[in-house]
Amino acid sequence: MKVKSPLEVYQLLPKTNCGECGEPTCMAFASKLINRDAKLEDCIPLVKEDEEGYNKLAELLAPEVKEITIGVGERAVKIGGDDVLYRHQLTFFNPTALFYDVWDTMDMDELKERVSEIENFRKFYVGEFLTLDGIAIRSVSGDPEKFKETVKEVVEITDLPLVLCSFDPSVLKAGMEVASDRNPLIYGANKENWKEVLELVMKYDVPVTLCSFGDLNLLKSMAITFRGAGVEKLVLDPGTFPSGEKLRETFHNFLKLRRGAILEGQKEIAYPLMGVPATAWLVYEDELSASYWEAVLASLMIVKYGDILILHGTQPHSLLAEVHIRETIYTDPRTPVQVEAGIREIGEPDENSPVFVTTNFALTYYTVESDLSSNGIDCYLAVVNTDGIGVEAAVAGGQLTAQKIKETLDEFDFSKLSHRTVVIPGLAARVQGELEDLTGLKVFVGPQDSGRIPGWMEKNWPPEK
Amino acid sequence: MPQEIDINELRELLKKLKVEALENVEIEGDVEVELEFPAGVSNSFSYAIGQELAQIAAHLLNISQFLGYPAWSLAERKELEEGQIPVAQQIPATLVEEEFSVGHITEWKNKIVEVTLGATSSDGGTRKHTITIGGETALPYYFDAPMPNPNRVTLDVFDMPIQLAKTVRVNYEDVMHDPGEWAKKAVKEFGADMITIHLISTDPSIKDTSPAEASKTVEEVLQAVDVPIVIGGSGNPQKDPDVLEKAAEVAEGERCLLASASFNLDYVKIGEVAKKYNHVVLAWTQIDLNSQKELNRKLMKQCGLERDQIIIDPTTAALGYGLDYAYTNMERIRIAGLMGDDELSFPISSGTTNAWGAREAWMVSSPLEDDSDWGPREFRGPLWEIITGLTLALAGCDLFMMMHPTSVQVLKELTNTLFGSVKGNDTEISDWITRLVS
Repeated sequence: MKVKSPLEVYQLLPKTNCGECGEPTCMAFASKLINRDAKLEDCIPLVKEDEEGYNKLAELLAPEVKEITIGVGERAVKIGGDDVLYRHQLTFFNPTALFYDVWDTMDMDELKERVSEIENFRKFYVGEFLTLDGIAIRSVSGDPEKFKETVKEVVEITDLPLVLCSFDPSVLKAGMEVASDRNPLIYGANKENWKEVLELVMKYDVPVTLCSFGDLNLLKSMAITFRGAGVEKLVLDPGTFPSGEKLRETFHNFLKLRRGAILEGQKEIAYPLMGVPATAWLVYEDELSASYWEAVLASLMIVKYGDILILHGTQPHSLLAEVHIRETIYTDPRTPVQVEAGIREIGEPDENSPVFVTTNFALTYYTVESDLSSNGIDCYLAVVNTDGIGVEAAVAGGQLTAQKIKETLDEFDFSKLSHRTVVIPGLAARVQGELEDLTGLKVFVGPQDSGRIPGWMEKNWPPEK
Repeated sequence: MPQEIDINELRELLKKLKVEALENVEIEGDVEVELEFPAGVSNSFSYAIGQELAQIAAHLLNISQFLGYPAWSLAERKELEEGQIPVAQQIPATLVEEEFSVGHITEWKNKIVEVTLGATSSDGGTRKHTITIGGETALPYYFDAPMPNPNRVTLDVFDMPIQLAKTVRVNYEDVMHDPGEWAKKAVKEFGADMITIHLISTDPSIKDTSPAEASKTVEEVLQAVDVPIVIGGSGNPQKDPDVLEKAAEVAEGERCLLASASFNLDYVKIGEVAKKYNHVVLAWTQIDLNSQKELNRKLMKQCGLERDQIIIDPTTAALGYGLDYAYTNMERIRIAGLMGDDELSFPISSGTTNAWGAREAWMVSSPLEDDSDWGPREFRGPLWEIITGLTLALAGCDLFMMMHPTSVQVLKELTNTLFGSVKGNDTEISDWITRLVS
């Protein structure tokens, strides 16, 4: 990791505190640059008047691992760009891109359906939808014309970024003829075909994956050779062996490459890493085992340094696990765990609306909030300060007690309601009695999961008088 | 092979190399030169500019020197000064051959404590074998140093039938009324390395079973299986210390793991009981590194526990429900331990079972209309437990408290593979693009 301090950056800024960047001082701007919350281009005087300083800063601030873009337009995806080995040291940038495969021996209907499945997958999480990133098109037939047809079809039906997969340069060439304006990732160059592939990517100026399964010397040699020829948009695939000793070796190869890039500044291999968890399907015969192991390999590689993955299974259980583990690792750890405590209004509550209780743990709060609002439940939500701990753990740990709930409810004017009741989370059932004693309110125990509030409301609301 | 080269092309090429000083060299007529590198052209230089171009450059250097121009010194200085790789739009003839290597982490100087659970007859217990965890000197499965002990799994058993996710429940339905049978099934059929007996019936709001009565269940489990055990209370902070005290007494000599001591209850009593009856304490804090340090310190200083009598539980949050915090907290704790913080250099345990609290693990379908189909929950649940566990395994977790047999099997297979005890299975992947059909 490069030594980066705000002071070091500040030295190269104009030091005039002109404010054009939107920050009050150059020092504040420097801090934002270090955290990658601001762009160097926002410093207008630097861009206009100090080319040397700009270049120095640009180099200083460039991430250790090269950042590469695949695809064009809104759905284009960036990979790489990391600066640290552990997320708590800053954060990881550019979430691992998840590409799912189609192949040129599929019939057209099958192909369309699968592309649409990949394109439309979505899973709600903390106020947004988790989605998949792209399509990897494999040449199974080995026939350039057939591959070209498949690529053409995919290009027509989706804007998703693409990876074109074949080790046969004539197949890749045929694919590029119909996808050249989509900036696809070429997969891949290996020991045998590298010259032709190099020629192809030079012609089209597209990113390329260098493949050397289990041999890091060759991988590095290829990277230096390509770089020497002026090709810099590289992705490295050290091979994904799906089981046994070779899987252990695969894990080590990812660790070694990333450690070399970030800790030792080995620029020659400081490129995004590709994993191919799809290889799990070469080992396991039954669909369930294969889909589980593919998700396991994907998770392993998302946690430790995979920047882009090619996957095969689209079973919902695997997709859910894959998008969630990716979100887990790439969530910015600098984001606060807590939301503000107090009484919130969800929708347009009136005197007959219920009062729900939850914690100020951000994940809990957003989950409950979205369950309520997306189901159109107008209500009050009492957010208790549990130091950012979820319901179950906070009950166990003493951060969600009857007393704490009472303190939050004290802010609320029950006289504007037609009832004197409150609904606590099912996982906090044990505080019910004490809360009634402390507040004199009627306390209902709600469901254990806020996703079940609509069903609970049907049975229990409005309360009998 | 010698090639004919047009001198004007050479000049153009050299312009690209920014050897500006040569621009003034005038050469007229065709010149043929033998292809021969002058002594002193370093390999890295020829690699750097691409071999073919290096050959051309070598030609021109020869020519220039032939004409009396000190060109060689220019090229040499350029290389040393900038260290930059000139870019050439040419396909090189051969691959640049380079070796890759990377160093080990030198800051990891400290060893995580090794803790042994269970005691055999030679140590005054009745367990058939003991289990040792910890002892790492690097992050798990890293190439820096071999991991001395594999990960272990302890399966949950409850002292009364309880509400479980359906996917889990179907595996235990026949034994839920008998903790001894439950424990046997977990060991024999599901490959549990250890058993955790949760004395939840002691909770005053459940059955309020007395500590003496509850300890009979502990004896029952100790007789039913010969693996080391974990003894857990009900989570009631007022009663747990008494329950664990009595359980520790009846299990004296078996070196059980007492779950758990926390700031939420009388941890001093639990620590003292562990010391008196020679057990190990699970020190539980809630995703707070500093609080974990403090608890560990107090267990050692206030209760006089030995270092090998502490395992820590820094809290497991499920995938999608705070696993990011749990993961990073655990990773930071482990790295701090490896770098020398002896208040954190303890083996780590995870309540991986918490994964079953995630709605993705147990709900029949998504409560949100806009979500894509979630698929059958029978498939989601075990995977949720696996991914939660494996993520924490990568952060340094040693011991996993789990529930579902499939999850146990897959997590063990993966951790053993990364540990290095699974051999063979050499899958050919070079043709994956074509071999993987549907």
